[in-house]
Amino acid sequence: MTARLRWRKLVSGFMLTMTGVCALVAVSVLFFILGYLVYNGGTSINWDFFTKLPTPVGEAGGGMANAIVGSAKLLLLASLFGVPIGFFGGIYLAEFSGQKVAFVVRYAADLLNGVPSIVIGIFAYALAVLPFKHFSTLAGAFALGLMMIPITLRNTEEFLLGVPRNLREGSMALGAGKWTTIVRVVVPAAYRGIMTAILLALARVAGETAPLLFTAFGNRFWSPGLNQPTASLPVVIYNYAISPYDDWHRQAWAAGLVLLGLILMVNIIARVILSRGVAVPRS
Amino acid sequence: MATSSINVPNAGPVAGSRSFLSRLRDGDEIARVVTFLFAASVVLISLLLVVELWMQSTLPRHKFGFSFFLTRVWDPIAEQFGALPFIYGTLVTAAVALLIAVPLGIGAAIFLAELAPQKLSDPLQFFIDLLAAVPSVIYGLLGVFFVIPIMRQWVQPALKSTLGFLPLFQGPAYGIGFLTAGVVLAIMVIPYIISVSREVLLSVPRDQREAALALGSTRWESTWKVVVPFARTGIMGSIFLALARALGETMAVTMVIGNTPTISASLFSPGYSIAAVIANEFTEATGDLYLGALIELGLVLFLLTFILNGLARLMMLLTTQRGSGTAQA
Repeated sequence: MTARLRWRKLVSGFMLTMTGVCALVAVSVLFFILGYLVYNGGTSINWDFFTKLPTPVGEAGGGMANAIVGSAKLLLLASLFGVPIGFFGGIYLAEFSGQKVAFVVRYAADLLNGVPSIVIGIFAYALAVLPFKHFSTLAGAFALGLMMIPITLRNTEEFLLGVPRNLREGSMALGAGKWTTIVRVVVPAAYRGIMTAILLALARVAGETAPLLFTAFGNRFWSPGLNQPTASLPVVIYNYAISPYDDWHRQAWAAGLVLLGLILMVNIIARVILSRGVAVPRS
Repeated sequence: MATSSINVPNAGPVAGSRSFLSRLRDGDEIARVVTFLFAASVVLISLLLVVELWMQSTLPRHKFGFSFFLTRVWDPIAEQFGALPFIYGTLVTAAVALLIAVPLGIGAAIFLAELAPQKLSDPLQFFIDLLAAVPSVIYGLLGVFFVIPIMRQWVQPALKSTLGFLPLFQGPAYGIGFLTAGVVLAIMVIPYIISVSREVLLSVPRDQREAALALGSTRWESTWKVVVPFARTGIMGSIFLALARALGETMAVTMVIGNTPTISASLFSPGYSIAAVIANEFTEATGDLYLGALIELGLVLFLLTFILNGLARLMMLLTTQRGSGTAQA
């Protein structure tokens, strides 16, 4: 073995090891984040955390029941708004539309998907806050729903197009109309993938803070109605983290742990259980 | 036989009209129209977004014109608005983020695509996907309570004592600032670079590698001199995608950048970014001009990410097409 070849092999071994180190570093960040959250927030999670309202500054105890319920309400309303548009729009793209319309719709969806979340917040503010002159749960849900549309739409389309052609032809040959075929054959065949995509979209917007800052705003108490501001987990984490109070920091860690736990759980469920045998979409 | 052949010409139009009626009854036509409305609403929403951003920022656009981008005064009380410090902060933090994230991300992608057996590569990619799902406010939380103290106590003093002669690493070590924001952003965009680059690398045809190995190159040489150049455009696409994410990232940056509109050569200096100033000042903006100026900043951010995303998609498309084209040839 010449010296040159030995050198080349050495370089090869070294660089390949380095790529392994890179991968190790990237993956270990996840476990570090999780571990650090558990270490700092684990002890602050108790029954009160889930059932009590926040207490005034300086008073120990209290929880984030209003923020947890607020987040749940926001997500539910966002899904009610975003999922149908994405889902039926996806059906149109996959089953009915011509090339040109499909191109335009896809382009619009990709554009919407790439918009920074803070700009989505501005848009929702201009459309759903400014005309009514006050922050509201509905405005926050509108902002989050907007972010769910492109993910649901593109994935619905993709999974519907993945359904083999002969399934459609078989259904048509038995005398079913196009819509009957879609409802009873094509969508059921693709539902696992579509469900996965919707769950992942939900998990993604669940942690969004920026679009809620000036739409759902925040609330120290229970939100009295859908047209009133509401607390939400991500916004509370933000507000507590930048506050100067130790007690609030403690609660921010706990809320962070709960939020991340839920998001990772939904991700794992969607990717591991639901998507057996389906190519998982990447948000 | 004869009767059936006579019936055939009549059957055509009858069958046609009946099938149209039955199509209507089955709801095919209704379904087409209704689903079209849903699809069209997506286009409408996107258009409305652009129109709203444009209309709502009319006031500052007319008052300041192009000087909005070149002025460094941000004084809401005197109604003087210049975006330069925010644009500077956004670009500097994104640049720092890419400097750290690109080598790490591409290295990891090479490991996942080229080296690791599938049994190892798939679970690792799964963890990377989970990492991409971590919300930015969580990164901000760790940024505030973990990264900032580390930067203040260890990293910034170390940089100062070794590379302190550079203007980049001078000034007091507060912990907050451009460098910290860049580091947090880097951690956030690494998963995107890895996922996309890995996919692009996997689409490189197998014979490219085999040819390089057959010519006597080492494993690293085949990867670095053949596979990576082949996937170059797609990897560039992944970097553009990461850049777009980094520019638009709000919460984590807001929490660690220091929120002071300064332009300083030192990375230790506290700064501000476009997204951060919108997040901080939007709810307290009094007066139409102030609000309009913030919305114009949003418009700038939108245009920047729009262009970058478009370029990224084009580049990834070019690479994957090239890969499949060669495979067929």
